[in-house]
Amino acid sequence: MQNMLTLIANLFRLGNASKNMGAQAVSELLIGLSEYVDLTSPPAPATPRQPPTPPGTRMVVSTRSFADFTPQANFPIKKCELHHLDEGPSDSAVLTREQGLQYYRTMQTVRRMELKADQLYKQKIIRGFCHLYDGQEACAMGIEAGINPTDHLITAYRAHGYTFTRGVPVREILAELTGRRGGVAKGKGGSMHMYTKNFYGGNGIVGAQVPLGAGVALACQYRGNNQVCVTLYGDGAANQGQIYEAFNMAALWKLPCIFICENNKFGMGTSVERASACTDYYKRGDYIPGIKVDGMDVLCVREAIKFAADHCRAGKGPIVMELETYRYHGHSMSDPGVSYRTREEIQEVRTKNDPITMLKERMLSNNMSSVEEIKAIDLEIRTVIEDAAQYAISDPEPPLDELCNHIFANDAPMEVRGTNPWVKLKSIS
Amino acid sequence: MASLRCFLRSGKNAVSLVLRREFSKSSPVSVQVNVRDALNQALDEELERDERVFLLGEEVAQYDGAYKVSRGLWKKYGDKRIIDTPITEMGFAGIAVGAAFAGLRPICEFMTWNFSMQAIDQVINSAAKTYYMSAGQQAVPIVFRGPNGSSAGVAAQHSQCFAAWYGHCPGLKVLSPWNSEDARGLLKAAIRDDNPVVFLENELMYGVPFELSEEVLHKDFVIPIGKAKVERQGTHITLVSHSRCVGFCLDAAAVLAKEGIECEVVNLRTIRPLDVETIEASVMKTGHMVTVEGGWPQYGVGAEICARIMEGPAFNYLDAPAVRVTGVDIPMPYAKILEDHSVPQIKDVIFSVKKVLNM
Repeated sequence: MQNMLTLIANLFRLGNASKNMGAQAVSELLIGLSEYVDLTSPPAPATPRQPPTPPGTRMVVSTRSFADFTPQANFPIKKCELHHLDEGPSDSAVLTREQGLQYYRTMQTVRRMELKADQLYKQKIIRGFCHLYDGQEACAMGIEAGINPTDHLITAYRAHGYTFTRGVPVREILAELTGRRGGVAKGKGGSMHMYTKNFYGGNGIVGAQVPLGAGVALACQYRGNNQVCVTLYGDGAANQGQIYEAFNMAALWKLPCIFICENNKFGMGTSVERASACTDYYKRGDYIPGIKVDGMDVLCVREAIKFAADHCRAGKGPIVMELETYRYHGHSMSDPGVSYRTREEIQEVRTKNDPITMLKERMLSNNMSSVEEIKAIDLEIRTVIEDAAQYAISDPEPPLDELCNHIFANDAPMEVRGTNPWVKLKSIS
Repeated sequence: MASLRCFLRSGKNAVSLVLRREFSKSSPVSVQVNVRDALNQALDEELERDERVFLLGEEVAQYDGAYKVSRGLWKKYGDKRIIDTPITEMGFAGIAVGAAFAGLRPICEFMTWNFSMQAIDQVINSAAKTYYMSAGQQAVPIVFRGPNGSSAGVAAQHSQCFAAWYGHCPGLKVLSPWNSEDARGLLKAAIRDDNPVVFLENELMYGVPFELSEEVLHKDFVIPIGKAKVERQGTHITLVSHSRCVGFCLDAAAVLAKEGIECEVVNLRTIRPLDVETIEASVMKTGHMVTVEGGWPQYGVGAEICARIMEGPAFNYLDAPAVRVTGVDIPMPYAKILEDHSVPQIKDVIFSVKKVLNM
């Protein structure tokens, strides 16, 4: 016991010590510590000693699970309000340590990526439109946690978070924002037009993505592949006529479409009360069942989307979900976001309702992680984001001979008129 | 032949077998097929060929099509492949584009192209631009089709020609068939193309029969997109046209031939990409050009053709300014006498030809 305490004390001292301490010494201490601990969880897989890292590097705590962490816990979650449904999602959620770390890592990455984009925009390295997602991370993470990679997703222009959760690396997202050739759309799409497998953007026209999503769901039904399409829109878009056209056809034909309204209380500068005669967005599907979900709680979102996906896969038709969430930034980078709401309101959400903080506190208070581990993850993420930003700044712009490419798919090369009749440009598929 | 059996089975149409007598035993068979049936056969064959192809639109299934173009298809292919939609163009056009995103090959029918204005955002912003915005990741293999331009007595809101509107946009292919061969070959090409295609039919042409050769009736007959056809050889003047007006040009050419004026008639077939080479080659031969279209003059198809001729090598061969024959620059009136004077007639083409030739 005495030895264990000494070891723990040394460990804490190390955390505060200078960078001179070699990583190997740390590993030795940690391995020593583990020998003293009562094994309550399944034995950790045998990991070899970490090779010594070059001097001067930051120490990275090994990611093998420490035996004294709780492997999983059951959390009560907010009960969802229901519309035309007898039963709803579960009111408790099981979170494993692995999942918790994964969700934390993902949400924190999105958070830091968006803040980095903010920085780059203010430095005028990103231009045009930039709609940031910080505050809403639990929506993107919760949804991805509740569906399969083979399911489909489409959203509007506040899309960076989903672009990441659907599999595009941070560097390709940032490089797309800075308009470089290494961007996910080779610099030709920009903030609102990023695509990857089973992710259909990124759409700039408010509401247009909703019929598109219903169409993807039609394709799933047509093929009988048991997949669903998650179709997102905001509280501002929720009054668009084409959304009701999509609702009608989705219900009529029982399309496996999960319509999700991310209600962040403001459509640009207009509060929901000033835009909608009815602000119960989960009820706006009328004949379509609806669920109102706490969008700041990643577990709540996950359980709700699982429920919704099961509903669709069972052939019961579409379902509407409203995720109550909040964006810290204004509508876009050209909107400071404080003319239509108070700084106090924003601060209150940050302190009382931040999705990442809530998850972290849940994990820490249930001994599913430690402050050090979280800190280490944060450090890692910071490195990833820094590297990605470096890449996004230093990667060259697309070459001019790319200008006219990708007009048509699978076509012979063709000529495109330039700005004057003597300029004939080449276009290849 | 399967296709022969196919349309002999379907309802009433003008079918007459014309056997050309030849010395050899094997006699090539050509058949009279109207534009409606040509479209119907093309749809049927492409639905059969690729099970990702499906048709959606108002009244396309159980009603057999508002203009009967999809007659018999629902009975043959069922609810999954032939889908009746509610009257919600923006919604179902968006659904069609989304299905194309996910790898199906939808044919989205607009009852007339006038109604496409309700859905034009989906055609342009969701369909046409996506391949470019995604740098080649997301193709959109969709065909939008329906009758375009003036009809008979349907007044202003139902008579607009959209060739110039859609022809303006990069990322779209825009087709405008005239006769049955065009309709058949271009629709098949459009369905097989991996890009968004705007297919502009003409209601007044649906019932008009044309002779189709065996080659054209073959199930893999396609017309290359982006290639115009010289329908009639001539030496004195080039008439460039698309859709129904091609017929007027040929009629005008027949009248003018009696006076010794030989017109070369170019059928555009494709509005975008425009086959400038064929037009230029013709103008360089004849030295004179008149474009003929049903749409309005300002910023129209004829305006584009004239601009291109100005900018290219053919200008030096022009002996007179190129002119346009178009619809009158007004919303379409209802009364027959007014309507008749709102669209180009054969006499307008003849008049313009003589003016350009300074006769």
